[in-house]
Amino acid sequence: MSRFKTNKGKESPGINTSSLPDIIFMLLFFFMVTTVMREVTVMVKQNMPSASEVQKLERKSLVSFIYIGEPKESKKYGTNARIQLNDVFAKVEDVPLFVAREKESRDEADRKLLTTSLKVDGDTKMGVVTDVKQELRKSNALKINYSTKKVSADKLKR
Amino acid sequence: MAKRKAPEINAGSMADIAFLLLIFFLVTTTMDIDTGITRKLPPPIDNPDENIDVKDRNVLKILVNSHDMLLVDGKPGSISTLKDKAKDFMAIHPNDPKYPEIKDVEVEELGGRIVKASKGVISLKNDRGTSYGMYIRVQNELARAFNEMKDEASMLYYGVKYTQLVDETKIEVINDLVPVRVSEAEPEDIGGGN
Repeated sequence: MSRFKTNKGKESPGINTSSLPDIIFMLLFFFMVTTVMREVTVMVKQNMPSASEVQKLERKSLVSFIYIGEPKESKKYGTNARIQLNDVFAKVEDVPLFVAREKESRDEADRKLLTTSLKVDGDTKMGVVTDVKQELRKSNALKINYSTKKVSADKLKR
Repeated sequence: MAKRKAPEINAGSMADIAFLLLIFFLVTTTMDIDTGITRKLPPPIDNPDENIDVKDRNVLKILVNSHDMLLVDGKPGSISTLKDKAKDFMAIHPNDPKYPEIKDVEVEELGGRIVKASKGVISLKNDRGTSYGMYIRVQNELARAFNEMKDEASMLYYGVKYTQLVDETKIEVINDLVPVRVSEAEPEDIGGGN
C-alpha cells in the first residue's frame, strides 16, 4: 500500500469565476468616474507649443476654454486664424458675452476663481491672441492659462 | 400548499455586460491633463492717460518683432541667453546704477529679518505678427528665471526647493520676496516688417 495518493485520473478543479463580475464592475466604476466627455468638437488646428515651466490646471469645472487657430477645414473657412467659442467660430467682440455666460453658469462663490484657458495653435500670430486678451481684460476675466505641452527644459533647447 | 422557491437569476452573463460597458468607457476616456503657463492679466485701466512712472533703470525691456527676433534692453538678444539675462537683471546689485533699485523688506515670518529686494520689472512687448510659439518660449524662459530665483530664495531661507515647500505661509513668503513681475505692455505695433 502506497503512502502517497496519486493524482492520476483526477481532474483539476475549475477556477471559480463568480467574482469576475465584481472585479469588472470595479474597473468599470473607476473608468466611469474618471471619464470626462469631450463637450466641444474642436474645429481649429491645435498644435500646442511646448514649455517646461508649466502648472497643472486645477478644478476643471472652473475652466473655460477659448480655442484659437487655423480652421481644420481650411477649404471651407480659409486659412486665417479663427476663434472658437463652444462649438462655433466667433469674432473677438463675442468674447465678453462668452465670458459673461461662463460666469453665469458657475456658482456665485466660484466666479472669482474662473480661469480662462487659451488653447492656441503655435503658428498663430499674436495679433488675434492680443485682441482676445484685451477683451478678457475688459470683461474682468484676469486669470488666464496659456495651454502648452509639457517638456523638460533640456529638450526645449534642441 | 408548498412554498415555491423564487427562481434564481442566472448571473453568468453579468460579466459580459460589465465588460461591454467597461470597454466603452475605456475607449472614450481621455486622460489628458491640461497643463500650461498661468498668468494674471493686468486689470483694465480706467484712465489710459494716467501712466505709472517706473524709473528707466528698473525696467528690462524685451521686444519681440514679427520675425520672432528679440531685442533685450536695446540690444539684439537670443532666447538661449534670455533666462540668464533676466535673472542677472533681477538679482541684487548694490550701488550699481545699471541695475534696478533695491529696497529693504522686513519679513515678519523670518523673525523680522530685513531682506533686500529688487524693484525691477520685466516688460514684455510683442508685435501683432509675432508667432504664438515664440511668445510662449519667451514667457517660458521668463518663468524659468523666476522659478530658479524662487528656488534659490527658498534654499537660502528654508533649505528646501520651492517646489518642495508644503507650508502655505512659507510659500507666501517666497512669493512675496520673489514676485513674478512681468508686465505686458498695452499692445501696439512695434514693426519689423510684415
